[in-house]
Amino acid sequence: MSTREWAETAVRALRPWVMTALVAPALWLWGAALADRLGANPAEALIRGLGDWALGLLCATLAVTPLREATGWRTWAAWRRPLGLWTFTYAAMHLLAYAWLDQGGRLAAVVDDVAQRPFIAVGMATFGLLVPLAATSHGAAVRWLGALRWRALHRAVYVVAALVCLHFWWMRAGKRDYADVVLAASVLALLLGWRGVRWWWTRRRRVPSSPR
Amino acid sequence: LAARPSQVPGARAADAVTPRDLATRYNNFYEFGTDKADPARLAHHMPLRPWSVHIDGLVARPLTLDIDELLRLAPLEERIYRLRCVEGWSMVIPWIGYPLAALIERAQPLGSAKYVEFHSLADAHSMPGLRSSVLLWPYVEGLRLDEARHPLTLLTLGAYGEVLLPQNGAPVRVVVPWKYGFKSGKSIVRLRFVERQPATSWATAAPHEYGFYANVNPDVPHPRWSQATERRLGQGGVFAPRVPTLPFNGYAEQVAHLYAGMDLRRYF
Repeated sequence: MSTREWAETAVRALRPWVMTALVAPALWLWGAALADRLGANPAEALIRGLGDWALGLLCATLAVTPLREATGWRTWAAWRRPLGLWTFTYAAMHLLAYAWLDQGGRLAAVVDDVAQRPFIAVGMATFGLLVPLAATSHGAAVRWLGALRWRALHRAVYVVAALVCLHFWWMRAGKRDYADVVLAASVLALLLGWRGVRWWWTRRRRVPSSPR
Repeated sequence: LAARPSQVPGARAADAVTPRDLATRYNNFYEFGTDKADPARLAHHMPLRPWSVHIDGLVARPLTLDIDELLRLAPLEERIYRLRCVEGWSMVIPWIGYPLAALIERAQPLGSAKYVEFHSLADAHSMPGLRSSVLLWPYVEGLRLDEARHPLTLLTLGAYGEVLLPQNGAPVRVVVPWKYGFKSGKSIVRLRFVERQPATSWATAAPHEYGFYANVNPDVPHPRWSQATERRLGQGGVFAPRVPTLPFNGYAEQVAHLYAGMDLRRYF
């Protein structure tokens, strides 16, 4: 086998381990919360910890395609769906922890909070966009929707990336402490920017030069 | 730090005291960084001695007191106060100090003095947070003079039976229990008496989110969260339900008269 085939085999073999290991942050966060080992304000630490992981996993999901093109190893493609589903799972736990620990699990309180506070509304809208993406992540949905429509739908993840930055920025706005927000937004901008450049590049190459 | 239990009405909250470990590890003290763990990690670099507090502005005679003089200025009392942070959490802390009014009497403010400013230490050498532009430094807070003279407003030198730890605002701070925590300036080096309402740090940085008065008020939500309830830290762990927030943090009986006739939605 060539070096490249070895590398692809390693990436393929690593995938199930990585995807299984991604349950660990959730187990650790909930376990530490139950054991009261999350510091002085455990509810806040749990909600924010789950949000941070959702954000990190979103970046990882969006990094799969650039990584595949940069390395030329097609086996990366299989990482995208499970990473996307983990993103959804952490986002769902982030929402659950907020609704339960911040709003006492009362639906009316959540609805009220969404209506009154734009940064909560943006977070909720972001999750709302993730739901159809997670629901159509399996192969049957691709066949049912058709590849073109499926791809169009899943471009909503770019909107998710923008909304997540807005949610995060707004949450920090009053404290004027933007270092983490700038970091997250830069990573996402880089990943989305790469797609923009690639799209512009392939489009330019496809357009025949105009006759003189 | 020896102190007698305070006899002032409202000064001995019946609530369970927050474990000292929590109150000394979870602090907002942006001079040391914006993470709540930063002050406990870094504040011990702050030089606490010698320490003096300058009193100037509209006073009969400007005055400088060092920390030992401040410790002897009036009998020390222990008071158990609820501390409500604007972020929606609360603690219950046994502070040691004496009414700020005792120091104000020493300073003899002029009749034209209507407000008092508290300036916190801004020492670039020991305070890495000063490099951040989150706030303008030094941290400035302030009170109307009648608020500052209220018997519940405490010039604070200790907590939990000991002198203040650096992360809690050593060696001297104020504690105003009916206002959000950010009103209670830490590590104070200057008191200035002025005629006009001071431009305080948070009210300047984010005027639509933080007001000059900052009285604890469940009916006036913060733009990004409700203030109707709070999370009492150190009690019941992660699943402890939030508890209702009381007007003036439960000190309405003692302080509501200070604001008679004021629209507290406008002067939030």
